[in-house]
Amino acid sequence: MKRDIILAGVGGQGILTIANVIGLASIEAGLFIKQAEVHGMSQRGGDVHSDMRISDKEIASDLIPEGQCDLIIAVEPMESLRYVDMLDDEGWLVTNTTPYVNIDNYPDMADVMKEIESIPNHVAIDADKIAKALGSHRSANMVILGAASPFLGVSEEKLKNAIKKLFGSKGDKIVELNLKAFDEGRKRANL
Amino acid sequence: MKDRNMGKIMVLGDEAIAQGAVDAGLSGIYAYPGTPSTEIMEHIMRTKEAKEGKIRTGWASNEKTAMEAALGMSYSGKRTIVTMKHVGLNVAADAFINSAITGANGGLVVVSADDPSMHSSQNEQDSRFYGKFAMIPILEPSNQQEAYDMVGYGFDLSEKFRVPVLLRITTRLAHSRSGVVVKEKKEQNPLRLPSDPKQFILLPAIARKRYKHLLGNQGAFIVESETSQYNRYFDGKDKSLGIIACGIAYNYLMENFPERDILHPVLKIGQYPLPENHLNKLYNECDEILVLEDGYPFVEELIKSYFDLGKKVKGRLDGTVPRDGELNPVRVAVALGMEVSHKRDIPSVVAPRPPQLCKGCPHIYSYRALNEALAGLSKGRVFADIGCYTLGALEPFDAINSCVDMGASITMAKGAADSGLVPSVAVIGDSTFTHSGMTGLLDAVNDNSPITVFILDNGTTAMTGGQKSQATGKIERICEALGVEKEHIRVVEPMPKEHEKNMKIFKEEIEYEGVSVIIPRRECIVTASKRLRELKKIKQKETVGV
Ligand SMILES: Cc1ncc(C[n+]2csc(CCOP(=O)(O)OP(=O)(O)O)c2C)c(N)n1
Ligand code: SF4
Repeated sequence: MKRDIILAGVGGQGILTIANVIGLASIEAGLFIKQAEVHGMSQRGGDVHSDMRISDKEIASDLIPEGQCDLIIAVEPMESLRYVDMLDDEGWLVTNTTPYVNIDNYPDMADVMKEIESIPNHVAIDADKIAKALGSHRSANMVILGAASPFLGVSEEKLKNAIKKLFGSKGDKIVELNLKAFDEGRKRANL
Repeated sequence: MKDRNMGKIMVLGDEAIAQGAVDAGLSGIYAYPGTPSTEIMEHIMRTKEAKEGKIRTGWASNEKTAMEAALGMSYSGKRTIVTMKHVGLNVAADAFINSAITGANGGLVVVSADDPSMHSSQNEQDSRFYGKFAMIPILEPSNQQEAYDMVGYGFDLSEKFRVPVLLRITTRLAHSRSGVVVKEKKEQNPLRLPSDPKQFILLPAIARKRYKHLLGNQGAFIVESETSQYNRYFDGKDKSLGIIACGIAYNYLMENFPERDILHPVLKIGQYPLPENHLNKLYNECDEILVLEDGYPFVEELIKSYFDLGKKVKGRLDGTVPRDGELNPVRVAVALGMEVSHKRDIPSVVAPRPPQLCKGCPHIYSYRALNEALAGLSKGRVFADIGCYTLGALEPFDAINSCVDMGASITMAKGAADSGLVPSVAVIGDSTFTHSGMTGLLDAVNDNSPITVFILDNGTTAMTGGQKSQATGKIERICEALGVEKEHIRVVEPMPKEHEKNMKIFKEEIEYEGVSVIIPRRECIVTASKRLRELKKIKQKETVGV
């Protein structure tokens, strides 16, 4: 079992929370993990990504080799495309469709969607809208994680345990909201 | 299955170093923040030992003061680390190089974090050159576990030879997380002054002896490297090529051989000076040598000049590996002549998304106002510095003309003014000002240079994540003490509602033909919201009565 995952988004969108959940669940599952994060300059509203590798064998490189990524998880549609050169032919792209527009030359959304749809294995959902409907706009990242969960190679139960662990200190209500967001995302991916 | 992660901690390379130091009997850490080294200090600050006051923590004004304080702690017999980003070692270089001559007493490990590909730096200089320059042992971990283990090993080595040891890491290791097995905690050293009371007095007569002592140890350092567990020779049948892989490059190499079925001999390097026994063997047995190293062609140059026997040495110098930028598995595969397939291009709709000043950042107002105040003058007279405010170089501000090294804004503005570019303006952050702007301001005052210095006081070291700024609450008094006239030290609130008043002040001071200082003061909004969140938490606790 091996999954090479790229998490993508814009600085401040919380991709590291997704990474933390996958990380915790993978530890639970007794897997090896390496996760390269981005700190510093690129955090201020710029593009950010993280290479996350989980495997039942020891992992050598902290970086994913080009063309071998199994899964791109993106909380922003244009950012999901920034790393498609890394994606394996069989790899999956799971992305949010709500754009984060903080640059003047943000492309036309129709063009962005066309490119996303040209990736054979893709799931594109409006995680912001789904999260809002659930009453917690801040759990869009858990919606996306839910949508990506069938491709992670880690059980749903372990992922949910990790969510409980990670948000536990914030109270039962927050845990519930995030679990609901996860479920809703997972449901959409399976459609 | 679960056992695999039992007793392991999931940590960044930086945190592994930090924990390795704590567990090996650390008494104190000294540092100035700098990506990718910052998390070492931050991790130690969070430990129980630090909170109980058993380990000294806290940010220094700059890397030189940090290095010197660490040397003082080592003098007293205690184990200490000093951590910085690679360019910080330039600032600390005087103390660093001379610390090799004085030698250490308690274990002294200097951590320098390089940034190949310049993810958040001005250059990609390679700290190993400093280690060689100082003629001290260098350690270079290939993974988080080695990073953890090497600190304790480095302390031992440092105490064995009474010499500082350099630990060199790169961004990728610093900021990548993995499982690490920790060891039992060691007690701290007792206070114990050097056995030779003159060891640290570098008067020429003593320095000559100390230098000879250091030179005399070079052979022993090589022997240490030859027997080190961190330098390993893996034999292989196919001697058409021998591979040297330094630090993290070893991982990129092994990534290309998932079954570990590599046929060539491989020399894995984690400790310098280079192990001559292994090197000789590899060179003698193989037809060609390939050197894989992140950073400069340090080992490649050394073995080219060391052997110079006509065998081909491949690496960054002959183009087998690109001359600049970080290594990765594919770059290594290409260097090995393996086939790599490029599967997809990044679609052209993907636009660059550079980092930006946060919405509501005080620097935004400062730059808008500065641009307006300078509007009547020709362009090209704003010398800036390093920090969040360097983003003033980008659109829509396009407000600055330089960013070189910390502190250079004031001194470059002075030099430009000396050449007749009047008025010249410097823009510097509060933390950068106390890091290395103060001495330049003294020069300007002593020459009465016609410059206006904007010290953007957001109350924090924002760029590196909001560490405490040593300048907070002291800037006006520092400027006054350095000789700036009181009436030319002006504090303003960088807010649109103050605009008219501010414009008048900006223009007056820019016109003034001497040294003037303007301090736009408003808290960084990221720091402010963090502070407010913490306050709320405390209040909540109080009302609940915990
Ligand atoms: C010699 C050196 N040390 C450290 C750094 C890393 N660094 C870049 S900017 C900065 C601090 C900036 O703080 P400040 O001047 O207060 O500006 P702000 O980011 O808060 O606007 C640091 C520590 C560096 N580039 N060079
Ligand atoms: S972190 Fe603070 S100083 Fe930096 S851009 Fe944001 S608000 Fe401005």
